[in-house]
Amino acid sequence: MSSAIVTGVGVIAPSGTGTEAYWTATLSGKNAIGEISRFDSSSYPVSLAGEVRDFDAAEHIESRLLPQTDHMTRMALVASDMALADAGVDPAQRDEYGVGVVSTNCYGGWEFGQREMEHLWATGPRAVSVYESFAWFYAVNTGQISIRHRMRGHCGVLVSEEAGGLDTIAAARRQVRLRTPLMLTGGMEAPINPWTLCAQIAGGRLSTSTSPDEAYRPWGGAAAGDRPPPGGGLRGVESPDSARRRGRNRSYAEVAGYAATFDPRPGSDRPAGLRRAADLALADAGVNPEAVDVVFADASGTPELDRIEAEAIAGLFGPEGVAVTAPKTMTGRMYGGGASVDVAAALLSLRDQVIPPTINVSSPAPGSELRLVVDQPQEAKLRTALVLSRGYGGFNSALVLRAV
Amino acid sequence: MRRAAITGVSVVSAGGVGREGFWDLITSGQTATRRISFFDASAYRSQIAAESDFTPEAAGIPPEEAGRMDRAAQFAVFCTGEALADSGLEASSPPPERVGVSIGSALGSITRMEEEFVAVSNNGQDHLVDYTAASPNLYGYFHPSQIAAEVAWVVGAEGPATVVSTGCTSGLDAVGYASELIRDGAADVMIAGATEAPITPICLACFDVIKATTNRNDTPETASRPFDASRNGFVLGEGAAVFVLEEAERAKARGAHVYAEVGGYATRSNAYHMTGLKPDGREMAEAIRVALDQAELKPTDVAYINAHGSGTKQNDRHETAAFKLTLGDHAYRIPVSSIKSMIGHSLGAIGSIEIAACALAIDRGVVPPTANLHDPDPECDLDYVPLVAREHITDVALTVGSGFGGFQSAMILARQGKLS
Repeated sequence: MSSAIVTGVGVIAPSGTGTEAYWTATLSGKNAIGEISRFDSSSYPVSLAGEVRDFDAAEHIESRLLPQTDHMTRMALVASDMALADAGVDPAQRDEYGVGVVSTNCYGGWEFGQREMEHLWATGPRAVSVYESFAWFYAVNTGQISIRHRMRGHCGVLVSEEAGGLDTIAAARRQVRLRTPLMLTGGMEAPINPWTLCAQIAGGRLSTSTSPDEAYRPWGGAAAGDRPPPGGGLRGVESPDSARRRGRNRSYAEVAGYAATFDPRPGSDRPAGLRRAADLALADAGVNPEAVDVVFADASGTPELDRIEAEAIAGLFGPEGVAVTAPKTMTGRMYGGGASVDVAAALLSLRDQVIPPTINVSSPAPGSELRLVVDQPQEAKLRTALVLSRGYGGFNSALVLRAV
Repeated sequence: MRRAAITGVSVVSAGGVGREGFWDLITSGQTATRRISFFDASAYRSQIAAESDFTPEAAGIPPEEAGRMDRAAQFAVFCTGEALADSGLEASSPPPERVGVSIGSALGSITRMEEEFVAVSNNGQDHLVDYTAASPNLYGYFHPSQIAAEVAWVVGAEGPATVVSTGCTSGLDAVGYASELIRDGAADVMIAGATEAPITPICLACFDVIKATTNRNDTPETASRPFDASRNGFVLGEGAAVFVLEEAERAKARGAHVYAEVGGYATRSNAYHMTGLKPDGREMAEAIRVALDQAELKPTDVAYINAHGSGTKQNDRHETAAFKLTLGDHAYRIPVSSIKSMIGHSLGAIGSIEIAACALAIDRGVVPPTANLHDPDPECDLDYVPLVAREHITDVALTVGSGFGGFQSAMILARQGKLS
């Protein structure tokens, strides 16, 4: 089957706005988790988050768009600009139906949406913004990106909680194979507002630690739960023919393999689906486990899920059989944006032949049998990377990226 | 090439809980639009909706499970059960690893989210909401993917699962995505469909303020008037449709009843405006062209079009232009109808409900009418099957969707044996 290659990357994350800023911070092992500043969170038991602090929407976005967009959509638009610039593509110069976009988003634009719910319930229906019908919903980023860049090809939105970040890149590959030469894909989230934080606290999945170094520690003896950060990334996924025709010789990697599975019903004694997703993704890529040089882990931060992942990796590669890392320990889990940023980290690893570190896990929990790259980046000969991601409820996705 | 066959169908809509109730309603020409009863809508410009009489008790969903589910999830769970029974699949079910889930929803668990919001924000007064007043289920309500999880648990699916959330084309796109997974070999069976329960204050308000909904509050039964010169907006609806989609050779081998097969599917963006449509319909026409091309069919093979037909001024002209662009003169020779005239516009769900209408039209030799169409708009000059259902053999049906974000989707459904 024809392949799809990644020719452009754009990242906005708590550790950096812009791909290179993100990557430099990630290689240095800088913890980007800090006090919540986007609103006064002192009345909540969660005070820490990974926030994007150096993003000024007005610097990048036309003023007419500001009143009709949530923070998350503004970041998605800017990340789409970055990915296209990195790929050297001007969609306006392309066949209008030959460029499409598929994105993921778990939360919607609740900074905007909470304000409009307040207007409705405190004042009345006539106080609601004329933009509410499209500024909040899960499809807004795909719609706004397509308008911004005049992309009239396939458009899609997949939601599988965090795993959606991998599902979208596979969906983009499918459209490239179906002869849409260029797809923009990824995810962006901005879940730091009182209402969204309330849901995350209610779900019991957030760390209430007040120390940035302890708040999110996958496989760290006392695993502590995850962090709510905004951020995400977008990529240009392109057919090799298309890249060649426009004289593009450089690419990050081939989207070589992918699979998604769903866990058995709660209470079932059947095995969790993560291992099977990884097996199927490797089979799809036509590679053996020995060919994989690095695994970007899901790193849930909850003990049971961490154990399942450690067993899946050790079962597939043997105890300490492959280098494993979780750079998201520096940013927190970014929901739909998180797997997208992990894919960016994997692509940059393949480009620069270096594995970014996992932080705050100096000694993995006994029995986890993982060869974690901790604290310092590790240079290595890298050709193939496996990225794992899971979504709340039982979604598992695995992606294989291979240097071209 | 592998393709998807529809072997099980279930629908919840206004006026019909279950497939047969739905079909009886939409072929009767009766409408199920009414004054909103779910909440006091007297402060709103539009006070009409197409409400379903669905209750979780009558649907057999135990209270302890119903509590963690939004109304939209309850619809989907009910429909999954009926579609599965209809398919007869349980007797020869494939391994769980080969069964996937693809559910469309524009707004996810919006009903429960709004209820919770009102509770934790003191009726919208407190910006720093009181997290201690929140239900532990709130996290699940926030994530539309939880609806796909509920469906997967009903059938024990362990293949690929996702929610497709492309606004008002979600229902079409979710079935399209499922058919792509079957074609690619990622699954042999997909539980696919869509659900929406948007008759809530915030949803009504966001369409109210842009005057997208009709304000014929005194005549709710005749308020939804697709293609009529007097149309002035859509009627908000709710509901779900779920299908058992099965790899076609597998369905044939087990002798399953096949309602229809998915011949082709495409979605395009108008890249124009988040809510506005250009009148020429060219991006929808492109989606139709690609879907026909995938099905290896000619425009003249299309025997029936289930229109988006929302009843807004701009939509009905837009898609009429799209049909003429793609089908040429043939567009004038075939029936085109909008079931939104009877069951309203259930946003992310309606695309799947309209696929159900096409599958049943192919299966039963009847096309549903467009109710309330007495005085056609001169710019809408096709055969919209006014008022009364029509006996009509449909071997190939086209269904389309159009939504906020600029999404334009099209799907070709065909009788078993009619695709090459």
